[in-house]
Amino acid sequence: MIRNNDVKMVPLPSNAIVPERDVDKPPVLSVHQLGIDFGGLTAVDNFNFIMGRTEIGGLIGPNGAGKTTVFNLLTNVYQPTRGTILLDGVNTSGKSVSQVSRMGIARTFQNIRLFDRMSVIDNVKIGLHNRYDSNLLSSVLHTPGYFRHEKQADEKAMELLSFFDMQDYAQHDAGSLPYGAQRRIEIVRALATEPKVLLLDEPAAGMNPSETEELAENIRRIRDTFGIAIVLIEHDMNLVMGVCEGIAVLNYGRIIAKGTPDEIKSNPDVIEAYLGKQEDR
Amino acid sequence: MDFLSTLISGLSLGSIYALIALGYTMVYGIAKMLNFAHGDIIMVAAFTVYVFATVLKLPAAATIPLAVLFCMLLGVTIERIAYKPLRKAPPLSVLITAIGVSYFLQNLALLIFGSNQKSFPKIINIPALKLGQLTIKGESIATLSVSIVIMLALTLFISRSKMGKAMRAVSEDKEAAELMGINVNQTISVTFAIGSALAVAAGVFYGATYNFIGPYTGSMPGIKAFVAAVFGGIGSIPGAMLGGILLGVIENLSKAYISTELSDAIVFAVLIIILYVKPTGLLGRKTNEKV
Repeated sequence: MIRNNDVKMVPLPSNAIVPERDVDKPPVLSVHQLGIDFGGLTAVDNFNFIMGRTEIGGLIGPNGAGKTTVFNLLTNVYQPTRGTILLDGVNTSGKSVSQVSRMGIARTFQNIRLFDRMSVIDNVKIGLHNRYDSNLLSSVLHTPGYFRHEKQADEKAMELLSFFDMQDYAQHDAGSLPYGAQRRIEIVRALATEPKVLLLDEPAAGMNPSETEELAENIRRIRDTFGIAIVLIEHDMNLVMGVCEGIAVLNYGRIIAKGTPDEIKSNPDVIEAYLGKQEDR
Repeated sequence: MDFLSTLISGLSLGSIYALIALGYTMVYGIAKMLNFAHGDIIMVAAFTVYVFATVLKLPAAATIPLAVLFCMLLGVTIERIAYKPLRKAPPLSVLITAIGVSYFLQNLALLIFGSNQKSFPKIINIPALKLGQLTIKGESIATLSVSIVIMLALTLFISRSKMGKAMRAVSEDKEAAELMGINVNQTISVTFAIGSALAVAAGVFYGATYNFIGPYTGSMPGIKAFVAAVFGGIGSIPGAMLGGILLGVIENLSKAYISTELSDAIVFAVLIIILYVKPTGLLGRKTNEKV
């Protein structure tokens, strides 16, 4: 069983709700009126979203509702047609994908996208490296400082791997690992960039109930250890309802409901979006 | 003895192809484009050396670093001006642009230096090595030894260094690499700079081996090096080295034992056979597109 949260959600002046512990701190992510059109098609529209500093949030909705599009907007992979994204108070508009990553947002992918032909530790170090000194000259010329950074990166990577008990896999090729291990490595790689917000795209996909239960504990452990906000896209309702503190439901690119797990479970619009109208059933 | 000396000059020619092929394969691996102007960088490199050494009479020790610097800047500039704006364009547009850049460089050289061949300055002064009946030319010794050092250094750079790892990450998954904070534009610039620096080495050895250079000097070795890169598996660095060296050896052996006129045809026939048997090239990997 995935245990439930015992957090109290409190409203902000903007009407958004955040966990009580985060209420005195500015939100880490503040999205206002976000929208994107592809050609004539509006994929996401009027998306408003606030994340508390250490909140675990959920983004759910039927297939094709635009959840992954939202992740692509938050990471600047897609340039929004409308609206603003403030990451820790800074507007990400016009920033490159790598700049936004360095500003503190990281993600995992629905279909795992590790660098398969690189070792596990190198995958993690890719995340770390760009955190510490992105000086081109020192990385090409190997100045003494470079070796010191390299050693620090090795130690830090092992420390992060040990968080999931994965130190023994360090030298394996990432592509050769079993599915569950790859999922964990992907989270470690994202954490290596020292994000303020971690986006997890269907982290429980392909997991059995006991693995999902372990994942739920790990998600909380990440939040507690690193003190960061986590947004989940997930279809596994046990996980979402258990671990998420605030949930937004997306349908046809628009938020149709927001609230705590209990509010979402009993919201008629949500039930309709997932199951169809009452008379259809 | 004849066989051995043919083999050695084949290895030497092959390492020139390998140096050029590395530029093709690295750019293909990282920017996913075929830079058909790469062969012409060799020609520019050779002319740069000619200008510094013959016209300005600089010593070889100054000439080569200056040529390396000039060509690295040229490679990066070409990428910025001609290819970067097309980062999201269909591959065919980029390919046509690369061919355009190739003609531009050839015609620029034609305009500046005329169509007459220039004699390449003698900047490699290594005496021939005599081992009994076997004579190895000084140029071959220089080409082989320097190429081996360069290829080892490059392999270490790609596998160990931070920038090398970033390059591998970009070549595997550009978007994921960007999301990990890697500056993809910077990585692509470095790739072009390295490819151009290798082309200078190739240009110097090519000039030293054939003694004459002209505006079209780069095109045939460029095409053959491209063949070598495909032969070894485009995108694969050890593949480009292996492909280049095999190509040089096959070319020289067929010149010596079959027919000088047919040697190029034989080289390309071998490519066709290899690709028929192994479509990804000798060391190429099948890319499984994940959906």
